[in-house]
Amino acid sequence: MTSAFKKALDSGKFVVTAEAAPSKGTRLEKMQHHVEILKDKVDGLNVTDHQSSVMRYPSLGGALLVKEHGGEPILQMTCRDRNRLALQADLLFAYSRGIRNVLCLTGDSVMLGDHKEAKGVFDLDSSQLLAAIRTMERGKDIAGNELDGAIEMCAGAIVTPEANPIEPQLIKFEKKIEAGAEFIQTQAVYDLDNFKRFMDYARRFPVKILAGIILLTSAPMARFMNKNVAGVVVPQALIDEMAAAPKGGALRKGIEIAGRMIRRIEEEEICDGVHIMAIGKEEVVPEIMAEAGLL
Amino acid sequence: MIRTITQPKPIEELERLLEGLDRIFIIGCGTCTTLTRTGGAPEVAAMQQTLSEKGKVVTGTTVVPVACDNLTPQILSEQGGRIDQADALLVMSCAFGVQTIASQLRRLVIPAQNTLFIGKERPDGRFDEVCTQCGTCIIGETGGICPVTACHKGLVNGPCGGTNNGKCEIDADKDCAWTMIYNRLKELDRLDAMRRYQRPRNHLGEPSPGRYRLPAAP
Ligand code: SF4
Ligand code: SF4
Repeated sequence: MTSAFKKALDSGKFVVTAEAAPSKGTRLEKMQHHVEILKDKVDGLNVTDHQSSVMRYPSLGGALLVKEHGGEPILQMTCRDRNRLALQADLLFAYSRGIRNVLCLTGDSVMLGDHKEAKGVFDLDSSQLLAAIRTMERGKDIAGNELDGAIEMCAGAIVTPEANPIEPQLIKFEKKIEAGAEFIQTQAVYDLDNFKRFMDYARRFPVKILAGIILLTSAPMARFMNKNVAGVVVPQALIDEMAAAPKGGALRKGIEIAGRMIRRIEEEEICDGVHIMAIGKEEVVPEIMAEAGLL
Repeated sequence: MIRTITQPKPIEELERLLEGLDRIFIIGCGTCTTLTRTGGAPEVAAMQQTLSEKGKVVTGTTVVPVACDNLTPQILSEQGGRIDQADALLVMSCAFGVQTIASQLRRLVIPAQNTLFIGKERPDGRFDEVCTQCGTCIIGETGGICPVTACHKGLVNGPCGGTNNGKCEIDADKDCAWTMIYNRLKELDRLDAMRRYQRPRNHLGEPSPGRYRLPAAP
């Protein structure tokens, strides 16, 4: 059974995904609220997996919650916290409960999170996890044993188009596609001319590309990302634009910028869709989409 | 030259380990901990002073040439009864030395250091871990640079998304192993090796604890 997200990717329409972050704890109301307001507006909801290595409610549980509320979950799976047995077991579980989309990530170092002394596992990497999924779809586990019931997943991965140096990332990107990635979500892009150059290269590959859009909420936040987030470059012009926003109007300006970028990506058919990361402000995603002319 | 790299334990931890032990004999090592300045003669002397100030009786000190070598008879004979008079031996060598001494002297031993890794000495007083002795060496395909060790995540298929301007996501002063491997392979015109998919690693190249027996002589 093809997932609704996969159908959207294959239909050639402009695909929009957003994010739902599980809670730090058992109160899921906020996440539930985000799911409710977004599920009918986007083609998929990515459920983050201990994002930035901060321990939270599991992405598997979050993806089930999205499903129970009628949304289309994209399960994020990092290789940081589980060895190959646990990753495969979680894939079996996800499939058995109707989760059909997975985003494969290596995962941030535990040193960046809130359990700095934990053991980072990294038994597999993102490309090996993708290959594992394809093997399990053929009815075998990655040790070659028969599965009593296979899985079927629309599987994707990540690329950082602004990485420096870029070529090692591109080699990895190609490996991920060879390993079976059907869609690629990018790290945040802000310079669409640079991104177009990346797309000129990426277009050769049989994969759908969703441009990562991170909502800017203030000029200092943009500067912070430039300094601290690997592979994210916010051009000075955008920082100036944020800084020039009237007092109390920075978020509004951020929504406008994100909407404007998405509109251009769609109008110029730069890539196949966007993945909107509003990082805690998911309730404004519909506003961004409206600004982009998508609602 | 490879060395075992050690770091002194925090003094609070040492105090806890030595609680109730009043008479201490201190053993330093003339090899790795001398080189890393964590257990040579000056550090042993400083430790003696620290312990005395904390009210311990230091029954004696020595710096043996190679603590991980079998030395019992010499240590015992040269020290007269000063080892026997101690409640515990505080060993300022790496953990190989501590274990060697523990297995030979039948005394309570307390390590003064944390043993960090087997490191390669660089000219500027820096030591780098370059091999974790994984048992399934892959550096034939990575230009002689070890990603299992030099990449913080031990990735074998290329960089993670955290690599930033050629540095590692955990430390802006640490080179990203995969940028180094890329540069080296490019220089050698061997980038195809990096394009090759590497299967999940065999993490049990040698089941832990490692053990190796010399083959019988022909
Ligand atoms: S792959 Fe790395 S850790 Fe393993 S034996 Fe080779 S150099 Fe050592
Ligand atoms: S930044 Fe480079 S060295 Fe650090 S974990 Fe990622 S790939 Fe490994």
